[in-house]
Amino acid sequence: MSFAVSMLVFLGIASIIGTILKQNEPYENYIIKFGQFWFGFFEKIGLYDVYHSVWFLTILLFLVLSTTLCIIKSTPAILKDFLAFKDSLEERSLLSFTHHFVIKNKKSVNTSKILHYLKKAKFKIKEKSKENGDVLIIAKKGNYQRLGYILTHIGVVVICLGGLLDGNLIFKAQEIFGYKRIETLDIPASKVPEVSRLGISNSSFRANMTLAEGSSDNVAFVRMKDGYLVQDLPFKITLKDFRINHYSTGMPKSFESDLVISDPELSQDITKTISVNHPFTYKGIAIYQSDFQDGGTKLDIKLRSLFNSSTSQKIDGKIFNKVKLDKDQLTYEFNDFKKFNVLHLKEGEKEKPRNVGPSVTYKVRNSSGQAREYLSYQYAMPIDGRSFFISGMRETPQEEFKYLKIPADAKGSIEEFILFKDALQNKTLVESVAKKMANQSANADKNNDVKESFEKSVNKLMTLFAQGGFSNIAENIDKNIPDSEKQKAVQTYLKIIDIASSEIYKDRFNLKDKELNQSRILFIQDALNAYSDMFFYGVPYYFELISYEQKEASGLQLTKSPGQFWVYLGSLSLVLGIFSMIYLHERKLWLLIKAKGGVILALSSNRKNIDFENDYRKLIQEIKKIIH
Amino acid sequence: MFNKLFKSSKATFQTFNVLYLVLLLGGALYALKTFHNYMDIYEEVILFGSVGFFSWLGWNWNHFKKIMILVFATSLFAIQLYQGALSNNEHVFLLKYLIASQSAIMWMNVFFVLSLLFYWLGLLTKNNLIDDIASSFTSVAVLFGFIGLLVRWYESYLIGLDIGHIPISNLYEVFILFCLITSLLYLFYEEKFNTKKLGAFVLIVINAAVGFILWYTFDRHADGVQPLVPALQSYWMKIHVPANFIGYGSFSLAAMVSVAYLLSSKKILTSYLPKSTVLDDLIYKSIAIGFIFFTIATILGAIWAAEAWGGYWSWDPKETWALIVWLNYAAWLHYRIVKGLRGSILAWWALIGLVVTTFAFLGVNMFLSGLHSYGQL
Repeated sequence: MSFAVSMLVFLGIASIIGTILKQNEPYENYIIKFGQFWFGFFEKIGLYDVYHSVWFLTILLFLVLSTTLCIIKSTPAILKDFLAFKDSLEERSLLSFTHHFVIKNKKSVNTSKILHYLKKAKFKIKEKSKENGDVLIIAKKGNYQRLGYILTHIGVVVICLGGLLDGNLIFKAQEIFGYKRIETLDIPASKVPEVSRLGISNSSFRANMTLAEGSSDNVAFVRMKDGYLVQDLPFKITLKDFRINHYSTGMPKSFESDLVISDPELSQDITKTISVNHPFTYKGIAIYQSDFQDGGTKLDIKLRSLFNSSTSQKIDGKIFNKVKLDKDQLTYEFNDFKKFNVLHLKEGEKEKPRNVGPSVTYKVRNSSGQAREYLSYQYAMPIDGRSFFISGMRETPQEEFKYLKIPADAKGSIEEFILFKDALQNKTLVESVAKKMANQSANADKNNDVKESFEKSVNKLMTLFAQGGFSNIAENIDKNIPDSEKQKAVQTYLKIIDIASSEIYKDRFNLKDKELNQSRILFIQDALNAYSDMFFYGVPYYFELISYEQKEASGLQLTKSPGQFWVYLGSLSLVLGIFSMIYLHERKLWLLIKAKGGVILALSSNRKNIDFENDYRKLIQEIKKIIH
Repeated sequence: MFNKLFKSSKATFQTFNVLYLVLLLGGALYALKTFHNYMDIYEEVILFGSVGFFSWLGWNWNHFKKIMILVFATSLFAIQLYQGALSNNEHVFLLKYLIASQSAIMWMNVFFVLSLLFYWLGLLTKNNLIDDIASSFTSVAVLFGFIGLLVRWYESYLIGLDIGHIPISNLYEVFILFCLITSLLYLFYEEKFNTKKLGAFVLIVINAAVGFILWYTFDRHADGVQPLVPALQSYWMKIHVPANFIGYGSFSLAAMVSVAYLLSSKKILTSYLPKSTVLDDLIYKSIAIGFIFFTIATILGAIWAAEAWGGYWSWDPKETWALIVWLNYAAWLHYRIVKGLRGSILAWWALIGLVVTTFAFLGVNMFLSGLHSYGQL
């Protein structure tokens, strides 16, 4: 008994491990987390899938065994007690009960009245006359409580067995003896060898299947450790359509898949729509809506060169495909497309999240194989009352995205920034602006040398900026200017850049001799910041999504679980058992009516608590009332 | 003559019961008639199942019946005041200051705080009158809480027909549910054991939840109605969540009574508190009822999981911690019932049980991720 309880405690502790360490992650994540040495050690003791590890299953088996033994051991005694009326008790043993009561010298007791009362109190009664003329009344109730013990324990055993039935014990055995092997290579399902396939006859599995709209398949994948197994299905599933419906807030309201199931045994296909909470079961295999992803959306993209003036190129991308730019030795790998992005644009404030439109996640890999990950949105989004094109970049998946914020023009397009950026890089334009500024400066008429040197420094400053943004200028200051004058230099430089950029802007957009309004001034500031950030963007192109043709894929889960019925049955038995153990109160009563006069009453229960005391008191009161 | 009087009062009592049943049944039939197009068979079963459950509770516990009748009447009145427009909770005086869902919930908070103060005052002054006041404050808080939830249920449909749902879907809502269930359980035992001295302890855990509700409202602004994610759109939520919270509520009640038991056994407040055998029995009864409901809730959760996630058991952190809570109280009951263990050890154990339960309820959402991530902190 205590063995079983300690097993339960052990089971509880083991379960906690599995909740602290995220289970069934890709193995690379664990290697990053623990390092090579500990990774191997933890893998050996099965920490990445605690609940299916050999030792965990062993505990479960022991639990089942010891509980079964408990049942076998206790059942005969319980049943005997359940059925029997102990009628062999003598006066002496009744007097030894902790709860007994004696009424002395009372003759002519109204037995039938007592029996009537006991019947009304729902006692089951047996009456026995002894040889010496004494009458022993044996009564009991609530003895189903005893069966509660058996029911609870059977419940636990049946639930565990049902669970084991749905576990992967059979596969484990097959793997140990070399009949089955986990496939770790990324190859098409049809090429996966027999040793890594589970047949149609496999009685229990939980597998996944991803279907793009319009495609069909008759295999699913069971993820296991660092690889997978292929589960063959007795039918083919086709995904006709996948839909996400949204609430007005932009939150997803439902995920639905229109499926067609084709079974060679049927003359007609089955058409069925499944959604979350509404699976469909066919041939014992339940098909669930589990998740969704992109199914190969086609992308129409314009790459805008950031450092060469006005060149752009169009490429046709497709999610999960790659496009190589031969000229730059760069490869674009398209990973994901999202049609809706519901974002909280103002953090921490009570503002409703809103949909900011489509986004693409992609990687750009250089010739040496290193890749950066990018996230680009199609439309500009409002931030602080202005409008920006946002594009995130990170070098490793562990990092947060760093964002490039390019200001959108009044038409909500990126054109103005591109033109302005070209103008900043236009040497002739910069030179002419420098000249103009030198001519207009306060001391221009005094000294030609001063004028020339001012023109030169403006020119140099703007060239530095064009070549590397603010950080380039900061570097230059660090290198060439003594510490004491840095502060002043920075202020002067910033002011010059400010004026020069405004002039370049005016020149480029034909606004000569006009005052710039506030929104244009802000635009120039944002553009200069964006321009400086471009140099850390890691790729010389801005990614502009022109249009797309969305194709979605639905993630289905397929399960066959013969243990489910047993688990539910065991649960029922468990609940009934617990209920009867807690809410049925066993009472056994003996009433000896002596021929010589006098009555002895004894009450017992396997649990003595307040309720028992109350029952005892009440019983004595009533019996006394009847007798006197 | 007394006998006769007794009989007639018994008759009124029965009439009252029948009236209550008729009221519940009438309400359910009206709901069925009006909304059957929006309900599936399971929801209809739940509707009439709850009629059964509420009338059974009412028949066995008069006080509950009175509260419920007031709750239903006031909620219906509030719904009338709305006249189908959500903006009325700003315009109609009674709604704005009393029975619109958020106002009612604020009143619930106020009365819970007051009843905690009065229970302590009553305990320390040994004044039964103050105890009575404290107890009625708790009842009033429960009244407001239920009105708040029911009106919120209605309000959610005013926001949008597709958004409306039973208000037990996020942490803010279930904390209210927790306060209500725990208080009801306490009020029941208060009457049954004829002692109002334990409110001082039980109201502590309820006020902790009240604190959370206030923080959630004023700091996090998370008191708004949010539409349901697809996984929660199921009739199972209507039974799984309340059953779970009867479990959580009972375990909390048991833990708080355990505090009283432990203090009393250390000769602190002993003369102010009920006898230790009474406390001991209360701890047991509370854990027992909690255990049954928690077992049922977990099983129902498994059946729901089989429908929504594709497996009755996925070793999701919430599931696993539910199992740990279950194992903990199973062992507790085992030692008490089968082995006959009594005394301080069990009280300490019940108190530690609350820590485990709280972790399963809140800690999992805060520290571990998984399928149950509906109430992020």
